[in-house]
Amino acid sequence: MENLIDIRDLSVDEIQELVRVALDIAADPSRYSEKCRGKKLATLFFEPSTRTRLSFEAAMYELGGNVLGFSEAQSSSASKGESVSDTARMVSCYADIIAMRHPKEGAPLVAASKASVPVINAGDGGHNHPTQTLTDLLTIWREKGRLSDLTIGLCGDLKFGRTVHSLVAAMSRYPGIRFILISPEELRVPGYIRKDVMTANGIPFEETTDFVSAMPQLDVLYMTRVQKERFFNEADYIRLKDMFILTPEKLAYAKEDLCIMHPLPRVNEIATAVDDDPRAAYFRQALNGKYIRMALIMKLLGVK
Amino acid sequence: MVIDAISNGIVLDHIKAGRGMDLYQILKLDKLECSVALLKNVTSRKMGRKDIIKIDEVIDLNFDVLGYVDPGITVCIVKDGKLDRKFTVGLPERVTNVIRCRNPRCITTVEPEIPHIFKLTDRENRVYRCIYCESRAKNRD
Repeated sequence: MENLIDIRDLSVDEIQELVRVALDIAADPSRYSEKCRGKKLATLFFEPSTRTRLSFEAAMYELGGNVLGFSEAQSSSASKGESVSDTARMVSCYADIIAMRHPKEGAPLVAASKASVPVINAGDGGHNHPTQTLTDLLTIWREKGRLSDLTIGLCGDLKFGRTVHSLVAAMSRYPGIRFILISPEELRVPGYIRKDVMTANGIPFEETTDFVSAMPQLDVLYMTRVQKERFFNEADYIRLKDMFILTPEKLAYAKEDLCIMHPLPRVNEIATAVDDDPRAAYFRQALNGKYIRMALIMKLLGVK
Repeated sequence: MVIDAISNGIVLDHIKAGRGMDLYQILKLDKLECSVALLKNVTSRKMGRKDIIKIDEVIDLNFDVLGYVDPGITVCIVKDGKLDRKFTVGLPERVTNVIRCRNPRCITTVEPEIPHIFKLTDRENRVYRCIYCESRAKNRD
């Protein structure tokens, strides 16, 4: 593996190896504190994403490395009209590895084709966000002890939520997976995900608007935010954003060992009263994001 | 109608009827100095009707373009009056700068130097997708 652009670039075995290293890091992070001494990560964030950027930076610092970069296009040479290709070539002279976030789909792939150092896609528009998917897989592994034989509920914006699409694609490669897709009619999962991913892989799924009835069946519940920026019409946004809110009352119908996940940031789709429930894994999920990025940086830099 | 046989050149046979002019333009055959014949609606036992293009010179042709426009085309390369090579082009695995990505969110829309590359993702349904954003190309059929 030279770059990570799309979660499908990784085989099941490669994912398992990253999860294994991340688990080892989580068990004793101090053993990894010098692994990337003298190495530099460039975080090229052409659009703001505090969470992902901080996670990458924290990962590199914990490995003993250094970080340089920018957090929005305005403070980069892109504002002067520099192409992604030229930026990638230039940054390759200064850094050992690049994490790139860009509003345009495919920008990290273009960068990877020109850079002489590994490139990690840290999110390209509404397209791919493979390190979020790796974070989700590590979280499921740590919370459930397996990535197979699970009923996974996906709830909220299943139409525009790229984390949902990537997670479905990634989990469809494991045996015994079943999905329950909980969303308003307007935000159903796109047809190509149903046909090309789930149906093509023989993955059983059902679509429902009945959150409470789905709840007792779930091993994992993946909540998503209805994103305001996806709507042209404010009234539609307001109507849809409050349709599925996870509350302690709804959780009363769930299994004792349910794992509740959310890529964050949340708005109101999970009531804060749920946060102290031991089943709420979303802040642990954010921590897992650092561990899996540490494992990924090491792998791409060839550090053992 | 009589079209002279060519002694050194290329014959594109079994073009789906009506596609000949498309190909003539896409391959920029109008820019050639040599003789070029486009025959439309020729009777064919196999196809009913077909188009044929005869080029009176062996030129570099982009077979990926041919295959994308019409994978059933037979290419005959004639040298010294004899058939030198004959083959069917078939669907190419990827095409470069043949299809343009129309997704406004794709990086190709803001950086004109990036080649527009599409790869074949579903041979049965002839689905091509942009390698950058995975948008599906509009089918020619």
